[in-house]
Amino acid sequence: MNAPLLEVWDLCAFYGRAQVLFDLTFRLHAGEVMALVGRNGAGKTTTLKAIMGLVSASARQATFKGQSLGRLPTYKIARLGLGYVPEDRRIFTDLTVAENLETGRRPASAGRSPWTPERLFRLFPNLAEMSGRRGSQMSGGEQQMLAIARTLMGNPDAILLDEPSEGIAPVIVQMMAEAIRAMKAEGVAVLLSEQNWAFAAGISDRACVIERGEIRFQGSMAELMANEALRADTLGV
Amino acid sequence: MLALDPAFLAVQALSGLSSASSLFITACGLTIVFGVTRIVNFAHGSLYMIGAYTAATLVPRLLELSFGPVTFWAGILASAIVVGLIGVIIEVLLLRRIYGAPELFQLLATFGVVLVVQDLVVQVFGPQDILGPRAPGLRAPVEILGRRFPSYELVLIAAGPIVLGLVWLLLRKTRFGVLVRAATQDRDMVASLGVNQALLFTGTLFLGAFLAGLGGALQIPRVSAHAGMDLSIIAEAFVVTVVGGMGSVPGAFLAALIIGQLQAFGILVFPKSTLVVVFLLMAVVLAIRPHGFFGRAEIVGGTHAVGIASRALLPRRHFILLVVIAILAGIPLVADAYLLKVATEILIFALFAFSLQLLIGVGGVVSFGHAAFFGLGAYGAALAVKWYGVSMEAALPLGLALAALGAGLVGAFVVRLSGIYLAMMTLAAAQILYAVAFQWVEVTGGDNGIVGVWPAPWASGPIPYYLLTAALTVVTVLLLKRIIDAPFGYALRAARDSEARAEAIGLSVRQHRWLAFIIAGAAAGLAGGIYAFSRGSVDPSLLGISTSVDALTMLLLGGIQTVIGPLVGAAALHALRDWIMPITSLWRLFLGLSIIAMVLIFPRGLVGTIRDWWGARA
Repeated sequence: MNAPLLEVWDLCAFYGRAQVLFDLTFRLHAGEVMALVGRNGAGKTTTLKAIMGLVSASARQATFKGQSLGRLPTYKIARLGLGYVPEDRRIFTDLTVAENLETGRRPASAGRSPWTPERLFRLFPNLAEMSGRRGSQMSGGEQQMLAIARTLMGNPDAILLDEPSEGIAPVIVQMMAEAIRAMKAEGVAVLLSEQNWAFAAGISDRACVIERGEIRFQGSMAELMANEALRADTLGV
Repeated sequence: MLALDPAFLAVQALSGLSSASSLFITACGLTIVFGVTRIVNFAHGSLYMIGAYTAATLVPRLLELSFGPVTFWAGILASAIVVGLIGVIIEVLLLRRIYGAPELFQLLATFGVVLVVQDLVVQVFGPQDILGPRAPGLRAPVEILGRRFPSYELVLIAAGPIVLGLVWLLLRKTRFGVLVRAATQDRDMVASLGVNQALLFTGTLFLGAFLAGLGGALQIPRVSAHAGMDLSIIAEAFVVTVVGGMGSVPGAFLAALIIGQLQAFGILVFPKSTLVVVFLLMAVVLAIRPHGFFGRAEIVGGTHAVGIASRALLPRRHFILLVVIAILAGIPLVADAYLLKVATEILIFALFAFSLQLLIGVGGVVSFGHAAFFGLGAYGAALAVKWYGVSMEAALPLGLALAALGAGLVGAFVVRLSGIYLAMMTLAAAQILYAVAFQWVEVTGGDNGIVGVWPAPWASGPIPYYLLTAALTVVTVLLLKRIIDAPFGYALRAARDSEARAEAIGLSVRQHRWLAFIIAGAAAGLAGGIYAFSRGSVDPSLLGISTSVDALTMLLLGGIQTVIGPLVGAAALHALRDWIMPITSLWRLFLGLSIIAMVLIFPRGLVGTIRDWWGARA
């Protein structure tokens, strides 16, 4: 747990002239699940996008596996082993499940067993029955599973997971939680953006509370659970 | 009647199929490139032309070395590969830099490539048309129901479905194809998955240019390679891709089949108006399905919300206005007849470009066929003079009225569309009118146009006509400026910046845009009428693509985000033209490179750049 996998410091982002992120500094270690929690509009999604280089105006000081993300284009960041699952899932609806998985395929780093469609179908059994189906004919939960599976096909060391529980049925939310635990067991670190407090609390090792683009709290999930005043103030739970 | 002879019908249908095949092969490349890059590549027709020239030059040399069908087809394939590589060069040097640019700039930049290629082709291949060799083994015609039909055409008929099948396999069964289809839908997501978009786009451009080159190379036994085949094929390829749905390969195939048959049989019904039939099809399809057969709403071009912004009124603006008017009025005191003629033209085109500014800069309505209304105004005035012998004082308002009427009709269709479909529809409208002016010889005089359109005695002569032009231009520009600064103008700008939000506060976006279209059309029509009387004649080129592009270039040159930009742009373009044209025959090359340079280096135009520079100093 010494060298962090992903290290971000003084991250700022702007939409036009409006600054939405103020000097965020945090670390994600190998194999851990960390949750970014906060109210709607706090800047969670923007944080993930800024790390991936998808926010045009951002001051990005970040390293991943010791390499500076600096001004790297998005695809090179992804190739370093940092996966990204956007909140609106962004499944390629014209493509079949199998083809969607193909778009994410990248070789695994040495010494790791690569994710294959067969392994992913064991993780998400719902997908196994519909590998020829088009993305447009899937439910929101199925699309969410496919989005995660597609990113896992790139054999990432860490995944930025944006609102995985949003807009899907409770039974599927339960499956998501299991999937995230399974990913963790495989050694994949997860940086999670979540508004669903119960979901985040159930699967995360650490938490980072964001409010109006600034970090209000950083620490273990247990600490945050214990700090009722902070939770009531920043999250309303 | 001849048309009922079954053999004749069969042959006609077959030739329709063979032209559909050729058209599909070319348009398929255009639609694939658009799907991935979201750029409507005007230069696609140029690539087709290069394919024809290359094959017509290369294949005979190869046949001298070794005569036979294998050599012939290898030569066709090699030519297509050469064109594919040229496409790669265009992608790396130009397109890569403008993927994020507003669609208007993308269209203009690729049109710049069209101009460059036109001059380069003449330099490389010479000015004469080149007729290619006939295909070995396919020289004898076949008999179909007792009629002779060229056997090469049968090969072409087969080539379309073969290419469709191969492209289908490529897109469905290869990783490249899966990524291309994914990128067609969501480019950022593809990058987030670790795919190098630059390579994917370059590969796509190779494929698209290869298909354009193949389409052109396959023509050499049928038609000679000639300058001008670029714009005629691009117009048809645009129609095919738009009707089929931008980005849809099966859509392009279906549309090409329909258009091939329409052309083959339309010629029997309207012997002179095949172009009109084709563009009418596009108008009808877009009116019913605004995104073509298989197109989708989410596939739109680049951003188009660039335009003039609100800014504080200049202090002493009345004084500045008086100075400008004084300078305009004083020019006859110092200028000779030639300079006055140039000044008159500059003012006319300034008015024309300014009317387009109302649509693009204020309304966000990227019209690519504004010449339609300039030409309608000119033809309206000229026809009134020729057929009814009316005076200039009556002909100018008649021309303006005809342009406003035309803009009202076209606008009613156009305001239902957005983005690239809108640009294509306006282009189509202008092309229909161009075809009418060109082909309806009895009324419009066809290619020769109408002559003898002279001003009233009190306004003839360089000085009076210049003063009349200056007065009409100043008054109209002030009127348009007043409209831009009125609540109507604010509403247009609101709709430009966010259509949904404008609708949500109760603005009828379509109605406002329709009115803007009519006003801009009327102003362009006035400019056209004045132009007709200044030259004494009109001809179809006033309605052509290059006239529309002239207006866009002036707008871009002056600066699209400023009110005064079009006026400066008109003057700058004219000055450049008068300065460059006498010293070089490569005017189009120079103009094309200038347009490309402007898009890349000064996207804010002369006035915008100076203002930024001034603002940074202050």
